[in-house]
Amino acid sequence: MSRVENVSTDVATAPAPVPAAGARSVSPLWTLGLLRSELVTTFRRWRTLALLGVLAAVPVLIGIAIKIETSDGGSVGGGPEGGGGPAFLTQITNNGLFLVFAALAATLPVFLPMAVGVIAGDAVAGEANAGTLRYLLVAPAGRTRLLLAKYAATLVFCLAATLAVAVSALLVGALLFPLGDVTTISGTSISFGDGLIRAVLIALIVAASLIGLAALGLFVSTLTNSGIAAMATTVGLVITVQILDTIPQLHGIHPYLFPHYWLSFADLLREPFYWDDVLKNLGLQGVYAAVFGSAAWARFTAKDISA
Amino acid sequence: MTVVIETRGLTKRYRGGQLAVDRLDLAVPAGSVFGFLGPNGSGKTTTIRMLMGLIEPTAGTASVLGRGMPRAAGAVLPQVGALIEGPALYGYLNGRDNLLRYDSADPTADPRTRRARVAGALERVGLTAAGGKKTKAYSLGMKQRLALAAALLQPRKLLVLDEPTNGLDPQGMREIRALVRELAHEGTTVFLSSHLLDEIEQVCTHAAVMARGRLLTQGTVAELAAGTRGRLAVTTPDPADAARVLKELGVTDVTVAGDRVSGELPVSDEGEPAEPADLNSALVRAGVRVRAFGVERASLEDAFVALTGEGFDVAG
Repeated sequence: MSRVENVSTDVATAPAPVPAAGARSVSPLWTLGLLRSELVTTFRRWRTLALLGVLAAVPVLIGIAIKIETSDGGSVGGGPEGGGGPAFLTQITNNGLFLVFAALAATLPVFLPMAVGVIAGDAVAGEANAGTLRYLLVAPAGRTRLLLAKYAATLVFCLAATLAVAVSALLVGALLFPLGDVTTISGTSISFGDGLIRAVLIALIVAASLIGLAALGLFVSTLTNSGIAAMATTVGLVITVQILDTIPQLHGIHPYLFPHYWLSFADLLREPFYWDDVLKNLGLQGVYAAVFGSAAWARFTAKDISA
Repeated sequence: MTVVIETRGLTKRYRGGQLAVDRLDLAVPAGSVFGFLGPNGSGKTTTIRMLMGLIEPTAGTASVLGRGMPRAAGAVLPQVGALIEGPALYGYLNGRDNLLRYDSADPTADPRTRRARVAGALERVGLTAAGGKKTKAYSLGMKQRLALAAALLQPRKLLVLDEPTNGLDPQGMREIRALVRELAHEGTTVFLSSHLLDEIEQVCTHAAVMARGRLLTQGTVAELAAGTRGRLAVTTPDPADAARVLKELGVTDVTVAGDRVSGELPVSDEGEPAEPADLNSALVRAGVRVRAFGVERASLEDAFVALTGEGFDVAG
């Protein structure tokens, strides 16, 4: 507060600091500052880094487990088709690249949606809980703009989380197992380079599979002022919906459940690609994003911010 | 007189049916330091939240800088700095990064000058040295200062400060008061809610008093204080005698505290207060030794208590 003492001189010498209201020219690009800040704030948080760390550790565990189990020269599971367990496990000893597919198949049902549920659920409710929401809104961030920034940052996290699994799996696979030509599900063989391209494509599809859940979590987040409650609710919904998806009597609603087509990404390992279920998955995610994104917007723009 | 904040019949009824703010007509003149007073739970913060577009009024209108809120929030709020119900910070970020975040939330804030403005705001509240420290390690006073710095990131036309000296040490309170005066001197209108009446009296030019959601009065601080009569105060080594004599002379509400006797001046039938000098000579004639004698100027606190009748008890 060094300026406090010399009030009079300050005022006398400094030119009037208040520009006329209209004189402040504003670049439309400045509005992106909030998104950048949102990303920096999300990814500098220890919690985010810990989530990414846990996700990256899953392929390490799978890789080491398979390495130990097959160190006596045996193969994973029983026969050539592998007796159950996550898909692709049997192939890993022949080709480390399959660890990418196996790790994504293992994390997509539980770990990835849990991580996204934490980030999306906490997005608005966490700020409300900490009280920072009111300061962002009087800055003024603008409610629609803030919600869009939150959603965009959550989607970036979906991609980062998927890549954390995929990249870690690729590194572990390359370290522990041989690499080489890839045998597709259809039985044909493609080069390692083509296999790598498919791995990238599959990672993107897996990340896109989380779009609907991200919108759902954001909507839940606008309903409460407790970040913990919103996270728990979102993760609870993920588990509930997956249980519903396994009950045969409810097969009528299965095509409308957001995780229903999640594992369809394996179809991209066929020769030629089998797109039907992958496209259904993307379409379903788009519908969920539209419905719950609109609901979140309607709720958040009309909400009294009393926290 | 231009007004910076104007409300007409502003009303907020919460979903439970509780009436938090009841037909509030507030007018804050430009260039004033406006004290907003009221017991806890009287609706001050609800009013401030409505003014800042955070909650929607149930009825009535609020305009800030001549534009209706909350509709014009995007145009109005960049010119308004606000401290609402205490500081709220990202504990895992340091002070500087907290300010960078709040600044980038404002779409009219120039990113090219962001770092310089953040450094300036930190300096202004005396936090330059602590700017690199994570805010979860800040004391309440430091958090309060940082929240104040966020309100000062841009030149503002209006500052809304809800209990700005909460949690500050006496030195910090002095600094805030000096800062408020400095800002007012630069032409910023300051809307200040506080529980500390002497603080309002020291820095404010205008004040309004709320209780149970209603506006009791508003005007200049001098006008408000003039509304109550002064009290007679006598300092004497013979307080018991003095109290007896004063009661006989018609002084009401006589209280004795140590060697100090005080009471309400008697009012004649014509409504004129008695001449204090007569009381003094009567005391002396009765053999009461008087060390000090005078009529204390009514303070804002007297005016406040006279208006709310309940001091600082929480409204039910």
